[in-house]
Amino acid sequence: MIEIAHLCKRFGSLTAVDELSLSVGPGEVLGFLGPNGAGKSTTMKVVTGYLRPTSGSVTVLGHDIETETLQAQSLIGYLPEGAPSYDEMTPRGFLEFVARVRGYDARTSQDRMARVVGLMSLEAVLDQRIETLSKGFKRRVGLAQALIHDPRVLILDEPTDGLDPNQKHQVRELIRGLSRDKIVIISTHILEEVAAVCTRAAIIAEGRLVSDCTPSELERQSRYHGAVTLRLSSTEIIDRVGDGLRTLTDVAEIEISSDLMAVTVFPSAGVDDLLHAVTDHARESNLTVAGIYREKGRMDEVFRRLTAGGAP
Amino acid sequence: MIPLQAVYRRELMSYFSTPLAYVFIFVFLVLAGALTFYFGNFFEREQADMAPFFSFHPWLYLFLVPAVSMRIWAEERKSGTIELLLTLPVSRPAAVVAKFLAAWTFTGIALAATFPLWVTVNYLGEPDNGVILAGYLGSWLMAGAFLAIGVCMSALTSSQVVAFVLSAAACLVFVLAGYSLVLDAFKAWTGQTFIDVIASLSFLTHFNGISRGVLDLGDLLFFVSTIVAWLSIAIFIVEIKQSR
Repeated sequence: MIEIAHLCKRFGSLTAVDELSLSVGPGEVLGFLGPNGAGKSTTMKVVTGYLRPTSGSVTVLGHDIETETLQAQSLIGYLPEGAPSYDEMTPRGFLEFVARVRGYDARTSQDRMARVVGLMSLEAVLDQRIETLSKGFKRRVGLAQALIHDPRVLILDEPTDGLDPNQKHQVRELIRGLSRDKIVIISTHILEEVAAVCTRAAIIAEGRLVSDCTPSELERQSRYHGAVTLRLSSTEIIDRVGDGLRTLTDVAEIEISSDLMAVTVFPSAGVDDLLHAVTDHARESNLTVAGIYREKGRMDEVFRRLTAGGAP
Repeated sequence: MIPLQAVYRRELMSYFSTPLAYVFIFVFLVLAGALTFYFGNFFEREQADMAPFFSFHPWLYLFLVPAVSMRIWAEERKSGTIELLLTLPVSRPAAVVAKFLAAWTFTGIALAATFPLWVTVNYLGEPDNGVILAGYLGSWLMAGAFLAIGVCMSALTSSQVVAFVLSAAACLVFVLAGYSLVLDAFKAWTGQTFIDVIASLSFLTHFNGISRGVLDLGDLLFFVSTIVAWLSIAIFIVEIKQSR
């Protein structure tokens, strides 16, 4: 269990984290979301013992981060923002160093290293200087370092930043595949990532927690949740289709997007299933439809609404 | 103990995986040699000792040691690796001490590389090797004191240049602490007792004794306590910078 209680972190007059309380249990993958400068990285830096809190407390599996720093730190695997590593070292030397600092003897260090090297597919670059590696490999070296002691708590600051789509997929698979008893916190501003790997999404803005729920609950808060979108194959009839849909009962509003060649129909309050009505209408009016689906909700819209500072 | 050793090993190896170590040792050997032979009148003195060699060390260290120490923390701050290092289960005091010991070992290696001079002296005459050994020990201790100041300055900033300039300036004050240049600056606003304290902090005074072969416990303690004091300040700075 990681318990963050009334955490505040100020830098001079700037309040980076403001009264943040949060607890994360084993088996949870918490997506930490927020615009740049919202306090995500600062919170992670405090939780990992790099920065001291101005006030409030953090305990990691029962260890207070301020009084039992080393005990807490030995349970955490941490990938700092930008995945810093010692440029003049090779991944082999670097990973061995991290393993030795974490208290493994020479033999065990080798075993530990072999495991994460395989996990992160680093075999090809093991003896190349880190400064010569691509951004993707550097990130994977950083992840390997965080995983080397098979930590019970994994804190990853923007783990997929700078990776290509294949590598992103690989990292997400890895996070999903971590055993069930781990506590994982990842920060990201890629919303699809939250839906893909997280069991829980916490949104912070200006240092405050503004939302804490599951990704699907987040989607449900969207005004698009339950709306039905109809994709057409040409834009010519789009306005006529829009007018037709507007006349249906149970339709509160429609939104026409010419770019996407789509009409989105919003249900009136209390109406659950609009899909049938829209499908029937399309059939009756003999429309050529490229696609028709019920929206789950749009996270980016919720994210903007929650973090833009307006009324929620 | 293990984390400290691991950091120490990494640091020491990092000197030799960049050109820094080789450039430093080369420049140190060339300058030490040139100063000894040209300005120290090594041959003309016709004495089988290494006094001319050691007498230039405070001045060599004045700018060479800050060049070693400037990167110790500044580079970690600049590249962000400090966040990695300080979130590994290694205490901050251990990290500061490990880095210092690695740098001190490195200057020891550079100093040991001057052994051909010792061989030469022994070939040409019959020097008192005890005096020479004392000289080496004193020189290494003094290098440690310079390094501790440098580590402290490096912890203050993320700019290696700033760290270098601050360290060189601080070291100069300590080298010259016994001279009127420094003492006069303090005379204007402080009493005689304080002047005496400052004068007693002079690296030169304490080093001269050792380099002549007089292993005075006071001088040894002076350098050791200087190292401890500056490292304590460095530990304090590393702690405070993270809790601002």
